[in-house]
Amino acid sequence: MDALVKLRIKQVLKGDQNAFGEVVELYKDKVFQLCFRMLGNRHEAEDIAQEAFVRAYVNIRSFNIDLKFSTWLYRIATNLCIDRMRKKKPSVYLDAEVAGTDGLDMYSQLASDIPLPEDELETLELQETIQAQIIKLPEKYRSVIVLKYIEELSLKEISDILDLPIGTVKTRIHRGREALRNQLRHL
Amino acid sequence: MKCPNEAIEYMHEYLDEEISEENKELLKKHLQECEDCRNYFHELKKAIALVQSTSHIAAPADFTARVMANLPEENKKVKAKRWFRNHPFLTAAAMFFVLMSGTVLSTWNQDQQFSFSKQPSLVVENGTVIVPKGKTVEGDIVVRNGDIKVEGRVKGNVTVINGKQYMASAGNVTGEIEEVDQLFEWLWYNIKGTGKEVLDINENEEKK
Repeated sequence: MDALVKLRIKQVLKGDQNAFGEVVELYKDKVFQLCFRMLGNRHEAEDIAQEAFVRAYVNIRSFNIDLKFSTWLYRIATNLCIDRMRKKKPSVYLDAEVAGTDGLDMYSQLASDIPLPEDELETLELQETIQAQIIKLPEKYRSVIVLKYIEELSLKEISDILDLPIGTVKTRIHRGREALRNQLRHL
Repeated sequence: MKCPNEAIEYMHEYLDEEISEENKELLKKHLQECEDCRNYFHELKKAIALVQSTSHIAAPADFTARVMANLPEENKKVKAKRWFRNHPFLTAAAMFFVLMSGTVLSTWNQDQQFSFSKQPSLVVENGTVIVPKGKTVEGDIVVRNGDIKVEGRVKGNVTVINGKQYMASAGNVTGEIEEVDQLFEWLWYNIKGTGKEVLDINENEEKK
């Protein structure tokens, strides 16, 4: 996989945009997942994930080909997420009209109240509770927890992505785990 | 908590998979003895398992297409190169067409002057070749970029390229009469000519 990615990056460096499309295909789910777990909102997550890829493309020349591409890409995505979290304000207002529709507002985009089948509802609820608890974590714990337990990266990779010493990453993971234990132990 | 402070530290080391064999034994032993710590350890592991259980979500279907649409315009040269690589047949056809039309046009341009086959007794007036009354031309006549008026007789073919032929009466020409107006007819005429030459050469060789 790394060799393939390297080849594609070289093609992108020569100016071939289609090669970048293949790179996006390889990483889109991971980057989207990362953004979603960090931001807790699909819409925003897609925006940020999109932007991360566009930035990666624009700045591809500053990527050192001998390093791991995923680390570099996650770093861009994580930084964008952290930025977004810091200046977070509601990105949509429920009263706002949906673009391209005639008089439909965001209320119409909300899930309906029709009950789902029971077990589906339960897993959905559990998933949502967990996601809500992840979102509750302070930003600096959230990013390490997401990178460690959802993206399943090593401490070394996390330290490269966040540009923090491994010791700091470890401490944050420990604190994040403690916080999660507190929040999730009654489930 | 009456437990040694190290207990929780060891738990995290264990969860980071960085615990030494020695500490692992200590932790194990302690957990067997202390229910509080056992619960604590269990809760930590449960929290992790729950976070990991959040089903993996996939990016929306049109994700890649949207990224690609947002990228800055790529280098035109690369675009063209890829197109050629992806359409080798069209590329070959286009190359052939370009070279062909180049040759055809250059030959055509060389041929734009008024000229006609040198035959005795032909008269030329204002770009019109005239076969005078009572005269007989033995052989073929080709007129380029001009007209021909046949008042006498022609024992052979008459060909007019980019011009008109006027005939006193049809019986006066023993061979074929041909008018070539357009580029493609002219091209066809040239090809026929080449074909005939080839055939003639073959025939001559056979006769020998």
